[in-house]
Amino acid sequence: MFGAGGGTSSYAEVEQADVILLWGSNAREAHPIFFHHVLKGLRNGARMYAIDPRRTSSAKFADRWLGLSVGTDIALANAMGREIIHAGLHDPDFIAHSTQGFEAYAAHVESYTLDWAAEQTGVPAEAIREMAHAYATAPKAQILWTLGITEHHNAVDNVVSLCNLALLTGHVGRWGSGLCPLRGQNNVQGGGDMGAIPNKFPGFQDVADDEVRAKFEAVYGTELNGVPGKHLTLMFEAMEAGELRACYVIGENPADSEADVEHARKLLAGLDILVVQDIFMTRTAEMADVVLPASVAWAESEGTVTSSERRVQRVRPAVPPPGQARHDIDIIGELARRLGVSWGHPSPEELWDEMRSLSPMHTGMSWERLEKSGGIQWPCVSEDDPGSEFLHGWLWADDLEGRDPAPFSVTHHAPPKERLSDEFPLRLTTGRALDSYNTGVQSGGYASPIRYGDALDINPADAAELGIADGERVLVSSPRGSVEMDVRLQPDIPAGLTFTTFHFPELVDANVLTNDEWDPRSGTAEFKAAAIRISKLEPEPAGA
Amino acid sequence: MTDTTITETAVTLTIDGQPVEVAEGSTIHSACVEAGIETPTLCWAENLTPVNVCRVCVVELEGSRALVPSCSRQAEEGMVVQTGTPRVRHSRRMVLEFLGSGVDLSQADDLHHWMKAYGADPDRYGDEDHPVERVEEPVKVQDELYIRDYSKCVLCYKCVEACGDDAQHTFAIAVAGRGFDARISTEFDVTLPDSACVYCGNCVGVCPTGALQFKTEYDLREVGEWRPEDQTVTRTVCSYCGVGCNLDLHVQDERIVKVTSPSDHSVTSGHLCIKGRFGWQYVHGE
Amino acid sequence: MTDIYLGADRATDAEAAAVDAALRSRGVDPVVRPETERLYTSGTARRRERRHFLLPALHALQNEAGWISPGGINYVAEVLDVPPAEAFGVATFYDLFRTEPPAHDGDTFHVCVDAACQIAGYDDLAASVRAAGGHVHLGPCLGQCERAPALFVQGAGGRPDHVPADDEPFELPQAGDESLRLLRRIGVADPESLESYLAHGGYRALRRAGEMGAEAVLEAVAASGLSGRGGAAFPTGVKWRAVAAETGRPKHVVANCDESEPGTFKDRIVMEQDPFAVIETMTIAGLATGAQNGWIYIRGEYPLATARLQGAIDAARAAGLLGKDAAGTGHDFDIAIWRGAGAYICGEETALFNSLEGFRGEPRNKPPFPTTHGLFGEPTAINNPETLLNVLDIILEGADAYRTRGTERSPGTKLLCLSGKVGRPGLYEVAFGTTLGDLLELAGGISGNGELQAVLMGGAAGSFVGPDSLGLPLTLEDTRAAGTTLGSGVVMAFDTSDDMTDVVVRIAEFFRNESCGQCVPCRVGAVRQHETLVQMQRRGSLSPARRALIDEMAEVMVDASICGLGHTAASAVRSALALGLIASAPSR
Ligand SMILES: Cc1cc2nc3c(=O)[nH]c(=O)nc-3n(C[C@H](O)[C@H](O)[C@H](O)COP(=O)(O)O)c2cc1C
Ligand code: SF4
Ligand code: SF4
Ligand code: SF4
Ligand code: FES
Ligand code: FES
Repeated sequence: MFGAGGGTSSYAEVEQADVILLWGSNAREAHPIFFHHVLKGLRNGARMYAIDPRRTSSAKFADRWLGLSVGTDIALANAMGREIIHAGLHDPDFIAHSTQGFEAYAAHVESYTLDWAAEQTGVPAEAIREMAHAYATAPKAQILWTLGITEHHNAVDNVVSLCNLALLTGHVGRWGSGLCPLRGQNNVQGGGDMGAIPNKFPGFQDVADDEVRAKFEAVYGTELNGVPGKHLTLMFEAMEAGELRACYVIGENPADSEADVEHARKLLAGLDILVVQDIFMTRTAEMADVVLPASVAWAESEGTVTSSERRVQRVRPAVPPPGQARHDIDIIGELARRLGVSWGHPSPEELWDEMRSLSPMHTGMSWERLEKSGGIQWPCVSEDDPGSEFLHGWLWADDLEGRDPAPFSVTHHAPPKERLSDEFPLRLTTGRALDSYNTGVQSGGYASPIRYGDALDINPADAAELGIADGERVLVSSPRGSVEMDVRLQPDIPAGLTFTTFHFPELVDANVLTNDEWDPRSGTAEFKAAAIRISKLEPEPAGA
Repeated sequence: MTDTTITETAVTLTIDGQPVEVAEGSTIHSACVEAGIETPTLCWAENLTPVNVCRVCVVELEGSRALVPSCSRQAEEGMVVQTGTPRVRHSRRMVLEFLGSGVDLSQADDLHHWMKAYGADPDRYGDEDHPVERVEEPVKVQDELYIRDYSKCVLCYKCVEACGDDAQHTFAIAVAGRGFDARISTEFDVTLPDSACVYCGNCVGVCPTGALQFKTEYDLREVGEWRPEDQTVTRTVCSYCGVGCNLDLHVQDERIVKVTSPSDHSVTSGHLCIKGRFGWQYVHGE
Repeated sequence: MTDIYLGADRATDAEAAAVDAALRSRGVDPVVRPETERLYTSGTARRRERRHFLLPALHALQNEAGWISPGGINYVAEVLDVPPAEAFGVATFYDLFRTEPPAHDGDTFHVCVDAACQIAGYDDLAASVRAAGGHVHLGPCLGQCERAPALFVQGAGGRPDHVPADDEPFELPQAGDESLRLLRRIGVADPESLESYLAHGGYRALRRAGEMGAEAVLEAVAASGLSGRGGAAFPTGVKWRAVAAETGRPKHVVANCDESEPGTFKDRIVMEQDPFAVIETMTIAGLATGAQNGWIYIRGEYPLATARLQGAIDAARAAGLLGKDAAGTGHDFDIAIWRGAGAYICGEETALFNSLEGFRGEPRNKPPFPTTHGLFGEPTAINNPETLLNVLDIILEGADAYRTRGTERSPGTKLLCLSGKVGRPGLYEVAFGTTLGDLLELAGGISGNGELQAVLMGGAAGSFVGPDSLGLPLTLEDTRAAGTTLGSGVVMAFDTSDDMTDVVVRIAEFFRNESCGQCVPCRVGAVRQHETLVQMQRRGSLSPARRALIDEMAEVMVDASICGLGHTAASAVRSALALGLIASAPSR
């Protein structure tokens, strides 16, 4: 979002917010301790709006739940924008000074009337209006989101639509107001910070930028490729096209987690060589030619991770790695040695120091400071910089600190790619349960008394229409395939929508059903909006 | 731009004859800490709202007829506080004695030192002919994650607060019953798996007496293998979602035996979810 | 507010209907959210809006099914957004609620076992009820000590609660006495008729107060020297002034009608016989303090008083004497009644707030005080109904005239609840300063064997005085100087045939049962104190070590308890020991 990718605010700011928009996020279950900060905010009197197709457990804490139809977020956001402008609740001074492209935006959202949006989203116009006014008039307001926003074919448009709202009202770049994407994994943020994205070096520095590259080449002592690499979805496309023949997978389980997973498995199986470095014998590892057993990053090795509030924190070894398992650094170093370069045995601290000498936003974070503090939030440019609670303070600087004003973006409502049809009349969306995690390889290790397994949640009215009882096993089909699942009646899910978690691929291969349409800009697949059909397994008993 | 810095006014009070300056809004207890005066506490914790129910922290405040709980009473300009008078010592001693006479304090490690310091003798109530009423309840072992042994419960309300609106907002447990018969309970005492409990373990994290205990600790204690002196504690970050919760891994014999979180850390305030608290088992294989 | 988890139990249709009716009668729509409506209001606001209806909802369940069932709790939890564990915690706090299925379908006959009924032979009453097939529950004082032994019938299956003695015609011992001030309408005006109340001078004080304005009313109340009659004797003028000074938040006037101090029944008689006066004076308090919300919290064992107050509120509202611009004073004020459910502690003002708000009736630590953080955390003037009644004279005749009765430091008159071994037990009104001996004379002297052994002053939370105290002038200052108290106005006499050990052991048991259990000194101390006295009773003597222990326990309860219950739990016991009423006296 206008530059480095990270949440603009700190958790502490959420506690002091006046209005919170929780957009497409069931943080109560997916980010429970972040939600504690939200709860503190509510206790302090914040008003919360939950925008989610499902009345999730998070939404139950909200003052208002806006149960929009799947994939209509842009319609809702743009209608809010229009309403804010029409009610004169936007911040003209901020817009004039700190942003660009407002006129085009305003003209574009003009057609997103409340009534039209109500029709598209299923949310009453009055509720949209109320939320728009509450957000615009709040002294401090936060927009928080997760995969509900990003796992769509138009993920980037979804996100910038929300950014537009913040620019419109000046709810960004100052303490208390901001935009926070919540990261799904403990170091997604850190991975990105460290350059584990196709087009960036550590510190979000562009690989295509010659000056930047030269800086890295000088320190790394080797020539670096200036052509951006491929993100995961493009990699699979490249496999499909036969361009990508070898794959080295570290700590991922794409054979379970990819959308349209059977197709993904076929592609992985067709590789010339698949190397997997993991702590588990995952399904992907089982398919691999070589498996490199790794140690558990957070309990068996030294290092850092970065949280959703850009807080860099130390992880430390508490127990020794089992058997032949080795630290990731050792494995990679050893691999390099076998490939003919010796990197020696750098300590995590040495690697860190090298990195921060290259990444300005990490420069101030000495190992010692990280060791002593409860973490430091980037950017932290020097050792006497306490770190940054929030980002984009420059938007409020008289000279914008020499930067270009932040751009409004024009985004178009585009319903989910996979349309509902007579054949596939129900919408399927997916998410997480509190006690489980992603594909379940870690969370399967403990005996959770609250685990119920992946079931298909459906509204009782839909169930009644289909003649399906609670707990009944049914056949669920999407244009890609079919699986058997148990049905759970859930009054909190609107009619027409169904939901499942995705933690038990070996039991319920939910991702067989999901759509692999993906966003060309983020590479994220549309996990949140498949079209499905439910059919009964047994023929109706006679006379029923 | 930042409006986090609230200008703090200071107040000065006198504790045991010594002037102490603290920020407005501080409690007498934190002023005692400031002055280096040790004060016993039981129902107070830095990550919970004071409920001031145990009364072990009482002090004498000039002008107040009764003693006042230092953990919740705000320091005011000019207050004159005594922490070591016979009245204070008597009340603290009696509170500890009362507790010890009714419940099993054998694992309330923090209290043992104070019981000795104040000469608390919980056994002086009742005799063979007239045994005193005690809380005697079978240990509730209802799942593999944590156990509840209410014969150790001092009713400090901490677990209720942690489960309720001080942290978790699950409200799986509450105080039920009244007076000496009051107990921490789910609705109709249903088992935890049947209750609203989401197994965050935050109640266990704040329990000062061992009434709530991780199953790993309980099992080791049962076989006499719980050895805190042989344990290391390593701070790291949870491996699950991207919130960045700090974990303290307690390790004995190269195995994790329990997980806590620092109560003074800005991310967790000491509270975790089920994954961070119990999701570590995979480290040791299945 | 929360993602409430409900178990599988569901309410019966009858239970749900009973809860719905109770909520509807209080203007709450009990409809659970429309499942698929995509705009759903919840959140903290909703929780705040609804939580305080928990107590009425639990009453409805109890009355319908004879207990509060898991399904019933779940229903209430869902409708009111209260977590079931908390609702259960609240239900189990109160004596009138059962959380186990009853062994019988009938009503429950509550028989009082406290002092007045103890010496009047409650066991005979209990036996006769049992003989007639009634299910007996022995419990604390029912506030009918003048007609001991006392009985209260708690209805089940939708049948109303009932006090058999209420069917008898009421008679005031001092009926016709010209000097009566607070009791002057009792037996004269019809408590069920607004016209009758108006005809006997009703609502003149409110109109007058409206003309005077809030400031003048506050001044008059302060000048009168009126102090609280609920037990703590706090100056009412100071309290009202503090609430009046608060601005910017909703404010409340609460009438503390929980009257549960053993030996006390004055408020019951005032509410039953002169309910409009309670309503009118609350309205005056609202005017003076600027509070718009009036609440009556009345103990659950007072069905007649509840009905009469409700009747009075309805009639007053219909006549424009409550509601918008009440009685043309320009001030908006209305009153709602909340019933307690059997918990002495809920008379403690902050416990009362928690109870009314739908939480366990546990007292709060003070400060902060109710005047700034009372009901719902908002500024609140809470008063005993007797205190309020005094305001009529203060307004109508002025502070100076009011002060002509009583003493300089205890102005006015006092209601006293005479029970035990007196000739004519009942409610009396005398000017402060009347001696204890004269009062007992007024009540027909000592009955029983005619020889006074002791008088319990101020109830279980008060203390005993001996026959040498008959000359004690009944004022706040004299009783305090004599080491005793007027408290809530209990004067309970015992003759020399009464077993004081039994009485004192029961008092100790009362505190053991009524402690809310929150703080350690009281929760455990009350139990240990009771155990020590039982031991004494069984042994027939008290060793010096045990005698010292009683004092040590008393000291921590007084010094370190949160509330007045703990502070006073040892007071009667210690006075009985000091007077030699127990321990040195032969036990049975
Ligand atoms: C355990 C306990 C029980 C009490 N019960 C009552 C009661 O039933 N009625 C009452 O008016 N005050 C009762 N009080 C006193 C109240 O806390 C409070 O002081 C009183 O309602 C204030 O009203 P007043 O100033 O008009 O007396 C009780 C206090 C304690 C400690
Ligand atoms: S584990 Fe968590 S949810 Fe369960 S009772 Fe304890 S605090 Fe409440
Ligand atoms: S279980 Fe532990 S935390 Fe809970 S009240 Fe008892 S002693 Fe306190
Ligand atoms: S003194 Fe007794 S009644 Fe009062 S708060 Fe303490 S335990 Fe409860
Ligand atoms: S620690 Fe202060 S009352 Fe418990
Ligand atoms: S009714 Fe029995 S003592 Fe009051």
